Amino acid sequence: MPSKKGLLGELIQQRYSYLFIAPCVILFLVFVFIPVIASFFLGFTKYNVINPPRWVGLDNYRQIFFNDPRFWKALRNTGVYVLGVVPIGIWISLLLAVAIDQKVRFKNFYKTIFFMPVVTSVIALSVIWKWLFAGGKYGLINHWLMKFGAKPIDWVMSPTWTLPAIMIMSIWAGLGYNMILILAGLQTIPKTLYEAAEIDGAGDWHKFWHITLPLLRPTLLFVVIMSAINSFQIFEQVYVMTSGTGEGVGGVLDCALSLVAYLYEKGFERFDMGYASAIAYILFGIIFIITLFNLKVVRSRFEY
Amino acid sequence: MQTALIKAKRRTTQIIVYAFLTLGALSMAIPYVWMIVTSVKPIEEIQTYPPSFYVRHPTFAPYRELFSILPMWRYLFNSFVIASLVTLCNVFFCSLAGYAFAKHKFFGRDKIFLLLLSAIMIPYQVNLIPGFIIVKNLGWLNSFYALIIPNMAMVFGVFLCRQYIMSIPNDLLDAAKIDGCSEFTIYRIIVFPLIKPVLATLAIFTFLSQWNSFVWPLIVINTSSMRTVPLALSVLNSQFGFGANSAMVMAGATVVTLPVLIVFICFQKYFIKGIASIGLKG
Repeated sequence: MPSKKGLLGELIQQRYSYLFIAPCVILFLVFVFIPVIASFFLGFTKYNVINPPRWVGLDNYRQIFFNDPRFWKALRNTGVYVLGVVPIGIWISLLLAVAIDQKVRFKNFYKTIFFMPVVTSVIALSVIWKWLFAGGKYGLINHWLMKFGAKPIDWVMSPTWTLPAIMIMSIWAGLGYNMILILAGLQTIPKTLYEAAEIDGAGDWHKFWHITLPLLRPTLLFVVIMSAINSFQIFEQVYVMTSGTGEGVGGVLDCALSLVAYLYEKGFERFDMGYASAIAYILFGIIFIITLFNLKVVRSRFEY
Repeated sequence: MQTALIKAKRRTTQIIVYAFLTLGALSMAIPYVWMIVTSVKPIEEIQTYPPSFYVRHPTFAPYRELFSILPMWRYLFNSFVIASLVTLCNVFFCSLAGYAFAKHKFFGRDKIFLLLLSAIMIPYQVNLIPGFIIVKNLGWLNSFYALIIPNMAMVFGVFLCRQYIMSIPNDLLDAAKIDGCSEFTIYRIIVFPLIKPVLATLAIFTFLSQWNSFVWPLIVINTSSMRTVPLALSVLNSQFGFGANSAMVMAGATVVTLPVLIVFICFQKYFIKGIASIGLKG
C-alpha cells in the first residue's frame, strides 16, 4: 500500500486508465451492482411503486415457501421443463454434432440451418410454433397427427399439453446452439485415437461409446450447465404461448406458469415489487448453486 | 470379403448419418417455411382443409394489413436505431475498458475487474425490478434512454476485449509510448485496428441480442409509438391471435425474422465461429 501522497500521485498519473474504464464501471454500478443489492433488500419489504417500501422482514419468503401454492406450481413446472429440455435437447444435439463431424457433404449448409433459431427472436419462434400447434385440424402438427391416425390435441388451450408444447419448441430451438458447442468439443479429440481403434477393429458404435463420449465429457458438462441455467429462466415462450387464452401469464390453471413468468406477473402486473424481488432472489439462489457446482465440482474433476 | 464387409458397414453408417441430418434439417426449415407460406395466403386458403404448403393465389394483402393496422415502419426504425446505437457504444466502451484492464497497471485494477466479472453470474431477472425503479425515477420510461443507456457497456464485451487485447505484444505499445503517443492515440491507432475481428463478433452479437430483446422493452415501454418489433409482434399475437388473422400475424413474424436471417445467412461463418469461441470461453 503506497503512502497517501504517493497514492494520490499515482491516481493522477493513472487518470487515463480510470477514464477508459469509467463508462463501463459507472453503468455497471448503476444498472447491475446497485440493483442486485437493492433487490436483496426489496425482498424484505412490501412495495407497490406508489407508496414507499415498508419493511416486513421475512414475510415475503415465509409466504412464498409456506403459503403460496402458485409458487410451488411455478417451481414444479420450471423443474419439469428443465429436466425435460436439458437431457433430451443435449442428446439430440450430440447425435447431430457427431453426424455432422463425419465426412459429410454440405457441412456448412447443415450448420447454417440448425443455427437459424439461435439468431431468431424468441417471440417470433414462439408465435410460429403457436401457429404450428394451433388447435383443431388447421394446425399443421395436428394435421400430421391425424394423418398418422392420432387424435388432434388442443395444445395451447389444454392444461395438460401447454407445457409439453413449450418444451418441444425449446428443444427444437436450442439444438443448433448446443450442437455448435459440442462440435467445437469434438475437434479437441485426437483423430489418432479413432485410427488406433479402427486398427483394433472397433465399429462406429463402439468408437462413439468408448472414445467420443468419455473424451467429450468436459464439453458436455459445460453444455448441460449452460443449458440448465438458461432453461431455469424460461419466460418469453410461456408469455407468448399462453397469451390470448383469457387466463394469466401461466395459461389455463397455471399449467405453464414458470418462475420468471410468476415473477413478471407479481412484479409488473400486480406491482408487488417486494414479493417479486424475493422470487428473483430464489431464482438467483438456484442458478448460483448450479454455477458453484460448475466451478467447484466440474472444473476440478474434469480438467486435463 | 473383409473389405467388402467394412465397406458395406461404412455405407450403412453414411446412410443413417445423412437420413438423420436431412430429417433434422427439414424439421428446422419447416416452421420457417410455414411462416412465410402462411404470411402470403389469402384468407380462404387459410381456412381450407387440409393445410397446404402450396399457395394457389399468393397475396401481399396480409403485409399491407399489418402495416396499416400498426405503425410497423416506426417500430422497425425504433428497433434499428436502438440496436445500432447500443452496438456502437458497446464496441467503443468495451474495447476502451478492455484495453485498460489488459495493458494498464493501476490501483485496484484486478479487484474492479473481478467485481465486473461477477455480473456474468447474475441472472438478469434479479436486476429487473430495481432497474425498472431506477429508470422510472430518472424519468426514462417510454423513451429511447431506457432502452439504450443501461445496455451501453455490457460486462461480457469488456471480458471479451480484455482477453483478446492481452495477446497484443507490449513492445508495440511501448514503442508508441516512446514516440510520444498519448494513451488515447495508442488505443486509436494500435489497439483498435488490431482487435477488429473480436469487435466484429461483439458487434454481431450485441446487435442481434438487442434486435431480439423482449423482456426489458416489455417492462419499460408502454406507449404504442415507442415499441420495438418484438413487442409489436407480441401485441399482434395477444390482440389478434390465430384464426382469421393468422396470415397477418405470420407476416409480422416474417418482418421480425427475415432481416436477421438474411444477414445471418450472408455472414454465417462469423456467427458460428463467434459462438464457438465465446461459448467455450465464457
